[in-house]
Amino acid sequence: MHLDHSETTAPQHHTSGAPARRVLGPPAPAGRATRRRALRVGLGGPVGSGKTATVAALCRLLHDELSLAVVTNDIYTREDAEFLLREAVLPPERITAVETGACPHTAIRDDISANVEAVEELEAAVGPLDVVLVESGGDNLTATFSRGLADAQLFVIDVAGGDDIPRKGGPGVTTADLLVVNKTDLAPYVGSDLARMARDARAQRGGKPVVFTSLAQEGGVRPVADWLRERVASWRAA
Amino acid sequence: MTRAALLVLADGRFPAGGHAHSGGAEQAVAAGRITDAAGLAAYCRGRLHTAGLTSAALAAAACAGADPLRLDEAADARTPSPALRATARRLGRQLLRAARAAWPAAELDALAGARPRGVHQPVILGVAARAAGLGPADASYAAVYEAVSGPATATVRLLGLDPFEATAVLARLAPELDDVAARATTAGVRAAAGGRTDVDVLPAAGAPLLDIAAEEHAVRTARLFAS
Repeated sequence: MHLDHSETTAPQHHTSGAPARRVLGPPAPAGRATRRRALRVGLGGPVGSGKTATVAALCRLLHDELSLAVVTNDIYTREDAEFLLREAVLPPERITAVETGACPHTAIRDDISANVEAVEELEAAVGPLDVVLVESGGDNLTATFSRGLADAQLFVIDVAGGDDIPRKGGPGVTTADLLVVNKTDLAPYVGSDLARMARDARAQRGGKPVVFTSLAQEGGVRPVADWLRERVASWRAA
Repeated sequence: MTRAALLVLADGRFPAGGHAHSGGAEQAVAAGRITDAAGLAAYCRGRLHTAGLTSAALAAAACAGADPLRLDEAADARTPSPALRATARRLGRQLLRAARAAWPAAELDALAGARPRGVHQPVILGVAARAAGLGPADASYAAVYEAVSGPATATVRLLGLDPFEATAVLARLAPELDDVAARATTAGVRAAAGGRTDVDVLPAAGAPLLDIAAEEHAVRTARLFAS
C-alpha cells in the first residue's frame, strides 16, 4: 500500500476562513508593501511524535527554495531550539524560542501574544520570509493553534503512540489542515496497523489530507514538503 | 466609564502573555524560599509592597494622563535588573497588542509608534485602563492584583500547591491590596497633577532579592516560565 501517495489529496481549498488579518504591529518596512507577510504554519502533536524532526527535515529540504524561520515552544528547556541549531538546519538568527509557563496549549491558542511577537520579530529581523514554522511544545490530542497565530496547522502523531489515535480523534487529529503519521518504519515492531490508521483518519477528517512519513528514511519528509509548497503557492496567490 | 472593563483588563485570561511569567516565583521555588502556602503568602506580601506598589503607581499615573514616555524612563530607573527591564518591555508590547484590539485608541497607537521595542508593562496597563474608560484607582488595582496573582498561579503549577489554598492566600491579602492600591493611586494622581508629569513623587520601593533572583532565573537552562 503506497500510503504516501494514496493519502495525499489534491490542493487545499481555503476553508479556514483565515483571511489576511489586520496586523497590530508597525507597518511593513518600505519596499515590502506589496509582499504579503509570511505564511505561518503551526506544528502540534504529542511529545516525541517527531515535530522537531519534521521541522528539521523540512528546513533541510526547503531552505534553498523558500525563505524559512522557526519559532519553538519548548516546555521547560531550549532543547528543541538547540537541536535545530546544532543540526544547523537554518542560521541561528532564523530560530527563536518562546517559553510557555507550563501550558504549551495556552501559548498557541488562548494567549498567542508571545508567539505572534516572536513571528513578527523574525520577519522584521531576517525577512522577507516565505514561511514561519511555529512548533508547539509537545502536548495532548486537544492542542490546536489559534487562527490568530497560524494560517495553517499540521498535527504530528506517530505509529508507536498506538494505532488507535486516529480513531480517538480529538481536535488535533480531526481539525488540523494536515495530519502527519510519523515513524511508519516502526509499525512492524509495535504492531501498528497502518491501513487501519489511514481508514480511521479518513473517517475522522472528512477528506482533509493525511500523510504517512518515516523521517528515518532519506527524503521521508517529502509528503509534508509537498503539502507545504501547495500552501505557500495558494497563500501567495490569495 | 465602565467598571466592568476592569474585570476584562485584570482577567488572568486576558491574552497579554502573563501566563508564561511567574513573577519571580519560579526562582524563589528553586531556591527553597517558597515551599508551601505560607511561603507563597510571604512572597506575595513582599512583592506587593515593593514591586507591586511601584508598578501600581506608574499605572495610576499613566491612567491619570502623565507622559507615558517619562514614566517609562521612571520605570527603568526603578528596575535595577536588566532581565526585569527586558521582561517589563516584552510584557508591555504584548499587553499593548491586546489592548489595541480590545480598546482601540489613538494614545495606544501613538505609544506603539513611539516605542516599537516596548514600554514598561505597568505604564501600558495605565494607558490601556484609560483607553478602556477606567480611572487611576482601577489601574492601580489591576497592577497590585497582578503582582500577587502571577506568583500564586505559577506556584500551583510549580509545586502542585493546592489551588484552593493558593486562592485563599490571595483572598487573605485583599485588605493589603486595597491599602497598597490606595497609596499607589494617590502617588500616581499627584505625579500627573496639573497636566505635568512629576516622576519624583512616584514610589521607588524595590526588593533586591527579586532583582538578584531575576538575573539568576534569566540564565537558567531549564525553566517553565519566562520570568
